[in-house]
Amino acid sequence: MMNCKEASQLMSQELDRKLSWREVIALKLHITLCDGCANARKQVSFIHQACKHAFDLDEEKK
Amino acid sequence: MTIDTSVLNALRPDMTRFAYLLLRDQHAVEDVIQETMLTAIEKQDGFKNKSSLKTWLFSILRNKTIDALRRGKREVNISTLSNDEDDGLEEVLFNHHGAWNMETKPNTWSNPDASFEQKQFWAVFDACLNHLPAQTSRIFMMREFLEFDVDDICKELNLSTSNCWVVLHRARTKLRLCLDTKWFSGQGFQASRS
Repeated sequence: MMNCKEASQLMSQELDRKLSWREVIALKLHITLCDGCANARKQVSFIHQACKHAFDLDEEKK
Repeated sequence: MTIDTSVLNALRPDMTRFAYLLLRDQHAVEDVIQETMLTAIEKQDGFKNKSSLKTWLFSILRNKTIDALRRGKREVNISTLSNDEDDGLEEVLFNHHGAWNMETKPNTWSNPDASFEQKQFWAVFDACLNHLPAQTSRIFMMREFLEFDVDDICKELNLSTSNCWVVLHRARTKLRLCLDTKWFSGQGFQASRS
């Protein structure tokens, strides 16, 4: 099974590239079983959202 | 239509903030802001009110900032990049099985979206971004703020794709730790809630 270190790399990469089907399943499974990684993923996705909100241009974006 | 210059000036602080996060050089920032203002005034007929003035101005600013980054021709220096990277971050976060260490296991951030409405949050957010190593920050900002594809960042900076992924991952990890300490578990968040 995927470890936390590998999972944390994938949760960053999913913002930069399309993960393979295998990677998606492995990451999902890991996150279901690991609350640390589930929190890490929420935090990383929050940062991604924050970058979009940082200059209040979001609402005009297509 | 004619653009009121006082409206342009009102947007200046946000523009400065944006350019500084990317360029980290006060002179380069001043140049970029002036060029943006000039272009906006010259091309104001092109502004059709379809988008908000801010969006229109930021699209000019975005292009001027990219030009400035290219003009600076500051190629990413691989050796500096690996120095940025060689800080033992992964050893601090994970044990030898690749599982989170007790102290670094990520916690729940309660109601994080509420932070977007808070001025202090953005000050902390900027501080965390500015605290990233320069080259790491540049790659992160190109990705998240200039919305470059990773492939384009790699080409532009002469890096391998996997190198780019590693840098972006490190940037996100450092921001996560910084926001956790300085905002979510720190006093900033508590104080701003009361």
